[in-house]
Amino acid sequence: MTRAVTTRRKSLNTALAWAVGLVIFFPILWTILTSFKTEAQAIASPPLFLNFDWTLENYAIVQERSDYMRFLWNSVIIAGGSTILGVIIAVPAAWAMAFVPSKRTKDILLWMLSTKMLPAVGVLYPIYLLFIRLGLLDTRGGLVVVLMLINLPIIVWMLYTYFREIPGEILEAARMDGATLKEEILYVLTPMAIPGIASTVLLNFILAWNEAFWTLNLTAVDAAPLTAFIASYSSPEGLFFAKLSAASTMAIAPILILGWFSQKQLVRGLTFGAVK
Amino acid sequence: MYLKNALLAATALTFVAAAAAHAQTITIATVNNGDMIRMQGYSDKFTEATGIDVEWVTLEENVLRQRVTTDITTKGGQFDIMTIGMYETPIWGANGWLVPLDGLSAEYDVDDILPAMRGGLSHEGTLYAAPFYGESSMIMYRTDLMEKAGLEMPEAPTWQFIREAAAAMTDRDNDINGICLRGKAGWGEGGAFITVTGNSFGARWFDEDWKPQFDQPEWNEALTFFVDMMSESGPAGYATNGFNENLSLFQQGKCGMWIDATVAASFVTNPDDSTVADKVGFALAPNSEGVDKRSNWLWAWALAIPAGTEQADAAKQFIEWATSKDYIELVAENEGWANVPPGARTSLYENPEYQKVPFAKMTLDSILSADPNNPTVKPVPYVGIQFAAIPEFAGIATQVSQEFSAVYAGQQTVEEALEKAQAFTAEEMEAAGY
Repeated sequence: MTRAVTTRRKSLNTALAWAVGLVIFFPILWTILTSFKTEAQAIASPPLFLNFDWTLENYAIVQERSDYMRFLWNSVIIAGGSTILGVIIAVPAAWAMAFVPSKRTKDILLWMLSTKMLPAVGVLYPIYLLFIRLGLLDTRGGLVVVLMLINLPIIVWMLYTYFREIPGEILEAARMDGATLKEEILYVLTPMAIPGIASTVLLNFILAWNEAFWTLNLTAVDAAPLTAFIASYSSPEGLFFAKLSAASTMAIAPILILGWFSQKQLVRGLTFGAVK
Repeated sequence: MYLKNALLAATALTFVAAAAAHAQTITIATVNNGDMIRMQGYSDKFTEATGIDVEWVTLEENVLRQRVTTDITTKGGQFDIMTIGMYETPIWGANGWLVPLDGLSAEYDVDDILPAMRGGLSHEGTLYAAPFYGESSMIMYRTDLMEKAGLEMPEAPTWQFIREAAAAMTDRDNDINGICLRGKAGWGEGGAFITVTGNSFGARWFDEDWKPQFDQPEWNEALTFFVDMMSESGPAGYATNGFNENLSLFQQGKCGMWIDATVAASFVTNPDDSTVADKVGFALAPNSEGVDKRSNWLWAWALAIPAGTEQADAAKQFIEWATSKDYIELVAENEGWANVPPGARTSLYENPEYQKVPFAKMTLDSILSADPNNPTVKPVPYVGIQFAAIPEFAGIATQVSQEFSAVYAGQQTVEEALEKAQAFTAEEMEAAGY
């Protein structure tokens, strides 16, 4: 009897999880389906789900009109570069806050997070002027630095949370064995925090990949990533939903594939320390 | 020693040759619409003729506006040509942010540009942007539904006739709305439409002393009329409908009438996209009975050169090419006369081939009847029909249009919205020093 109830509950939970998953995934699924329709089919009412003439025409047009590989490469460099640079800076910072806390550590953490509360447009002009002065407009290097700075509070917070789960005694033992600070961080702390660091890297890579304010405002031709590629297909005067969907599908495909293959690592990292 | 010198000379020559081979490149910021995308396709011909390469930065209209405004006000120098509209051109021209388009060649024939367009893109008589295409607004209606309703569309109807016709054409059982109009918040979306509707009821944004006029009866009459008509015959949720949403509804045969940009005519008559392509008629935008102003606007997407670009000559060459009579001929030759960029040149409307296009005459009549210097019945201190060409307008009108959209959504009354609009606009104008 108990087993029957447990099985029924399990099935119910599974069905519920699938239903929630489908609801969350539906906009992406709809975008992918729309990318295979004609413009007329894309706006058809009632909407066409699977019963339409599938076409690759939109992909051909997008491919012909835009240099997809250039945008993709810029996205990889900008998202990857900002994430790596962020982690390099955040690991020692999070280590200090987690293992050598001072009276002000909590305040510093909150202050760092408070920088995320300012609307980006509020600092657009100062940053734009700074970029002009430094010759960084429309450069990948400039965007790597800006996106790193924007995501740094999140990286530090995430790493701080993971590091707090690691017993300080292990690090103490390493010190007793004569490990230097560098060795302690590199050979003791980092291997133990790998799941946390991996999920931090993945999450920040996704955030940087999808960032669409600075990447649109600070680029033109040379450093424009996939967010600019999508924006070039959005139009308030003309129905180009199928082409926009094709461009969106091409832009999200790499990150979707990356997320799919690393989902175990991502879930493990995100739930790290959630259950004691 | 000789070998070293020879190597140095060879290296220097290689660099010189490489520099010479590297063509000049101009960067153009533009919007994503059919005409602009077509121009990108043909820009290879410009490169072939001049050796100047063209790089495109294509963005959605609002993003583009923010992007180019940031760049021009900070002298960022990211673009050699910017696609801007009639709102920005006179303001930026007055601020010295744009290169004057004087000294254009005789073949370009600057006098051929439609006077309304030229006036709207100039400041104190100097042209600062060349129109790539221009538009006004007009009525697009279903001839079959009008006939079924037993009515005949006059060439220049009144709002009262439009309301009557809309009610007669509405067929809720078959999902047909008598009329589809913009209600979406945003100064360029629903804000533009309600401003021209206000004009046609005798309302105005400001009096001669820059005092907001939302507390005047004309605004109340216009907004009440609009809301009542849309409640009777408009689509559900029209408070969030803009150009694209209405275009989609009309193309699917769900609107009896649609009043919007003249460029939409080529979309709704295109059989590839529209299910009602062969059943569309055109008429002038309406006015209220007894008011001598119609509700048609005037707009142009134009190409301008930001001051500070180091490639002003190459940029000017491109603008001359893209807005020339030859470019129009090029598009007509390859894609037909219905697809040429409309509304910019007088000669286009004198062309017998173009006169055969069903919406050509009504587009021209709508453009010619729009007067940016006298947008409404009473005198105004500003230039512009669906906007007032002052820097503060975009922010104020966006807020005001949000209040109006809340009325369309049934969240507040006409009186409440007008009261808020009056208070907000007065406060902003005072803060701006008017």
